[in-house]
Amino acid sequence: MHELSIASAIVDTATKHADGRQVSVVSVRVGGLRQVTADSLRFYFEIVARDGVCAQARLECTQVALRLRCRDCGQEWETDQPEFRCSRCAPGSVEVLTGEELEVDYIEVEEEAACIAPG
Amino acid sequence: MHRTRVRIVEDALDANNTIARANREDFDRAAVRVVNLMSAPGAGKTTLLEAALSDLGAIRPGVLEGDVQGSLDADRIAHLHIPVVQLNTGSGFGGECHLDANMVRSALPALALHELDLLIVENVGNLVCPAEFRIGEDVRVMISSVTEGEDKPLKYPLMFRACELVVINKIDLLPHLDFDLELFLHHLDGVHPGVPRMLLSAKTGEGVEEFRAWLREVATRVTVPV
Repeated sequence: MHELSIASAIVDTATKHADGRQVSVVSVRVGGLRQVTADSLRFYFEIVARDGVCAQARLECTQVALRLRCRDCGQEWETDQPEFRCSRCAPGSVEVLTGEELEVDYIEVEEEAACIAPG
Repeated sequence: MHRTRVRIVEDALDANNTIARANREDFDRAAVRVVNLMSAPGAGKTTLLEAALSDLGAIRPGVLEGDVQGSLDADRIAHLHIPVVQLNTGSGFGGECHLDANMVRSALPALALHELDLLIVENVGNLVCPAEFRIGEDVRVMISSVTEGEDKPLKYPLMFRACELVVINKIDLLPHLDFDLELFLHHLDGVHPGVPRMLLSAKTGEGVEEFRAWLREVATRVTVPV
């Protein structure tokens, strides 16, 4: 259900950067640790984008895998389990390299072709 | 017409975080420390507050109650003669499932911050959404009650990782349940290694003094800018 608020925030961010231009694509990166459902996000995106420059925009969600690193032994691994233990030196001190993202990566906007003055 | 790509790379919740920082500045100015209290519905947030807040000594607590609808929880707190403000999230699509920074900001004028040392924000009961939204708090704490089962850290890792303290409530029911406390703590340590935890029963009062002591410690913390 929080996808509604997040979709709303994404539309606001895209609209701010679109600077009045029509937006055709909004691309977001969602980390594996975020409990955000892409289908639900798209559903709400269409609703909240209805009346603005993002009305025709397609929302692209790129999933970013959860990647961890043990600070003690340096081992790095990718996982879909919320297990922050190093298999070599458990428990170890584990840091998140990727997987916490929830960011608007880029947008694509429609622009008038630049007018080139005849020489 | 041609299509141009505009690179942004901005936290989708950047606007919320900006408002959260403004809230935090207001709290800091009033020297109020703020606890964001989160849990599933029915884990015992209000019951724990009723048990803990009535005896904080010189610390002056206040409560901001977040609920989709109604003021049942706020009424319970008001009985303790503790300042309380109810915040309902029930507009839009059947009500928001969490508090965000802007909702908290809208409630600030109703709170006499300068008369408080400690503000507890009781979030909407939910183990997913509240973890995503900062509200300008100093510290996040969650309650997990033993009736919810030992698998919850694995199912809601974001929530269990977001908090600085995990309160395990309703331990008076342990003899009547199949809840495997060892297994719960094993899962908790897998998801958030070393996170402080307290076992208590808000109903019987067992362990509540430890939580009170924690609240007193939070209330007297020197603020660390976010």
